Amino acid sequence: MAADEGAVAVETVPGPTRRPILPKMTRPNSPPAASSRNGSPPPRLSGWGRLFQPGRQVLSEDLERLTEGAVLCRGLGRSYGDSSLPPASHPEVAGTTLADRILDFDVTSGRIRAEAGLSLFELNRLFLRKRWFTPVSPGTQFVTLGGMVAADVHGKNHHQKGCFGEHVRSLRMRIASGEIVTCSEEENRELFLATIGGMGLTGHILEVEFALEKIPSPWIWCESERIRDIDDFIRGLKEAGPDWPYTVGWIDCISRGSSMGRGILQKGRWAHPYLAPSKPPAFKKRFTVPFEFPSWVLGRPTVQAFNTLYYWKHVSRFQKGILHPDSFFYPLDMVNHWNLIYGKHGFTQYQCVMPESSGRGAARRFLELLTSKGGASFLCVIKDCGAEGRGMLSFPKPGISIALDIAVRPDTPQLIDALNELVIREEGRVYLAKDAFTRPEDFAAMEPRLAPWNQVRRRWDPEQRLKSAQSIRVLGDSE
Amino acid sequence: MKTVILGGTRGMGRAVARALVERGDSVFLLGRQSSDLEKCAKDLEHRSAGQAQVPTAICDLEDPSGFDAALDAADEALGGFDTVVITAGLFGTQEKLEEDPEFARRMLTVNFTNTVVFCENVRRRLLERGGGTLCVFSSVAGERGRKPVVLYGSSKAGLSRYLEGLDHRDREKGLVTICVKPGFVKTGMTEGLEPPPFAGTPEQVATRVVRALSRGEPEVYTPGPWRFVMMVIRCLPRFVMRKVGF
Ligand SMILES: Cc1cc2nc3c(=O)[nH]c(=O)nc-3n(C[C@H](O)[C@H](O)[C@H](O)COP(=O)(O)OP(=O)(O)OC[C@H]3O[C@@H](n4cnc5c(N)ncnc54)[C@H](O)[C@@H]3O)c2cc1C
Ligand SMILES: NC(=O)c1ccc[n+]([C@@H]2O[C@H](COP(=O)([O-])OP(=O)(O)OC[C@H]3O[C@@H](n4cnc5c(N)ncnc54)[C@H](OP(=O)(O)O)[C@@H]3O)[C@@H](O)[C@H]2O)c1
Repeated sequence: MAADEGAVAVETVPGPTRRPILPKMTRPNSPPAASSRNGSPPPRLSGWGRLFQPGRQVLSEDLERLTEGAVLCRGLGRSYGDSSLPPASHPEVAGTTLADRILDFDVTSGRIRAEAGLSLFELNRLFLRKRWFTPVSPGTQFVTLGGMVAADVHGKNHHQKGCFGEHVRSLRMRIASGEIVTCSEEENRELFLATIGGMGLTGHILEVEFALEKIPSPWIWCESERIRDIDDFIRGLKEAGPDWPYTVGWIDCISRGSSMGRGILQKGRWAHPYLAPSKPPAFKKRFTVPFEFPSWVLGRPTVQAFNTLYYWKHVSRFQKGILHPDSFFYPLDMVNHWNLIYGKHGFTQYQCVMPESSGRGAARRFLELLTSKGGASFLCVIKDCGAEGRGMLSFPKPGISIALDIAVRPDTPQLIDALNELVIREEGRVYLAKDAFTRPEDFAAMEPRLAPWNQVRRRWDPEQRLKSAQSIRVLGDSE
Repeated sequence: MKTVILGGTRGMGRAVARALVERGDSVFLLGRQSSDLEKCAKDLEHRSAGQAQVPTAICDLEDPSGFDAALDAADEALGGFDTVVITAGLFGTQEKLEEDPEFARRMLTVNFTNTVVFCENVRRRLLERGGGTLCVFSSVAGERGRKPVVLYGSSKAGLSRYLEGLDHRDREKGLVTICVKPGFVKTGMTEGLEPPPFAGTPEQVATRVVRALSRGEPEVYTPGPWRFVMMVIRCLPRFVMRKVGF
């Protein structure tokens, strides 16, 4: 969550029962069957997890024209699975990233209106030094405003500030009929609430209006602590919640027994000006992964070594100090194309939330199941979620969210099925922006809100013109 | 600097305009469509380190009768500009240009004839005030006659020669001419084409062009590796150029 995502590989041991696997994503990297007219293979597209499917993205500054007749928009493609991929029947998505103008900004209130393709990276580059920051930030800044609304992203401050959608004032959209409409709490409210977290399926977002937050300095005061096990972790997160606007935990999910769920708890707030360096944070140099790694690189020994190192790197039990905001919010952005380390079979992220009602033990039961299945994830991220947002299909709800990256292997679908089974039992749910393998019946079992959301969607798109590879895979849309 | 930009609504022109206002320069936008210009101006105002209002005027490279009025408006709003950047241009694949002779004629007129006519107007104005900078986007496609860009390349070849001539003749009088030769850059113009190695981004090009403006470099290959790629291509003998596909 919050800063999601440590990297990670889950390696799994084939389970005893091989359930039939998914029709669509079973061998995501198998070469496409047909070639295009001129003999070159048809273009392919993937989310951040590099599970490729046939598809092509068309880019233009003119988002209004680009979205005419489009079935789906795609931002920076940082959703992991197939959320931003077109359905096979219309293999073209409208790429929004060139539509990135700031149209309005009010220096007194922080209210900003911009085109949907504006990236959070650019927003931070321009506004951090002026001491304005997005009210909610995911764990990467390479996302667009459109993607932040469509997935209703959450961050390290979810326990206090909720999702990004809570801070959106209005949206300008091209809906399925081709009309351009504005929606907000006051106007076309139902469309507004269905679009927040609606994964691009209710209309194409052209412009987003929301409020930036004034911050005392552009540096972070961070305190972190080594934590012994999962129960201490959850206690630590809950205790820190009222005093700290940003909290998150990185856990080692290989260790079993008494140290299961040990890790590092991080708490942060914007530093007081008198504590912060006087200069604005400088642009940080990045590394680039130069090529796709062979798959064995992320085998169990590497992952185990990494987790142990990460835990003991935190030498003293407590640490505190001033951090560059990029190091605090976006540690993974330091490495360009880090998704290449998972090799040619790609990876997925599993993120679920276990509701408060299922009790403290739920996170422990989750880790027990994961480790018993031989899941070995590079860091795994844990975060307590606050109240459920207004987005009709928004992911978080009060409880504990756990996110881990899983290298795709032949038995990955079975592992996801097993984890989903537990999540359904605990009345939790999974995050569509990360998902690539959940079965439609499992998603429906987790999501009682699906039917009301679908009703709204049908009212605004009776012919079901808008769809994605994901909506066909999990939401039961027809091809 | 007080800079007029023709082509600042999209692609590399948009990136150059942003880089200039961010470092505190004043800009004036020229373009074809007023509602679009207005949105671009707003965007620049919110990024600007100094200029509270970015003025604009209509100017279409297909309509040379409007050039004078457009440059007058810019002169008035900026209190006399000292720099002009032109990124506006048309592109079509060789296939498309061959299929559509009318489009080919428009491309040749916009990229060569009318751009030169526009530059001549700018040249007269700048020389009258003792000099200034004229920075125009040509292309590496104009360096050699190449199979995939016979028509487009010829329009840029003519433009490059014109700019080279101006640089030789008028630099002494204070007119600095900069010919920018981008290699493949990922913009709306190259949308749908497979990017080759060393493909660049508009931001990368903008950073390089702003440096060239400060230094008055007469010729800029960008992104950097294209200088060496073109050095090799310029040396290839004719019989090789006839064989190869690029
Ligand atoms: C390293 C990393 C860390 C992350 N951390 C977090 C985190 O902490 N919290 C969190 O919530 N998420 C997190 N994410 C997920 C990410 O924030 C979301 O997937 C986000 O939606 C990605 O934005 P994008 O612009 O790349 O959108 P894409 O991935 O391109 O698209 C995502 C969805 O948005 C839709 N969409 C995009 N633009 C538009 C538009 N203009 N109109 C309509 N629909 C549109 C697409 O159709 C698709 O359904 C993380 C991802 C990565 C890679
Ligand atoms: N991209 C590359 O790989 C590449 C490589 C070599 C050279 N170049 C050259 O670099 C320059 C910029 O390219 P780009 O990729 O940034 O292009 P782009 O994204 O297509 O932008 C072109 C710009 O030119 C403007 N324009 C087009 N026709 C015009 C006309 N008749 N009158 C006025 N303005 C007009 C457009 O304005 P509207 O908004 O009104 O359409 C737009 O602002 C071009 O000259 C191009 O030939 C590009």
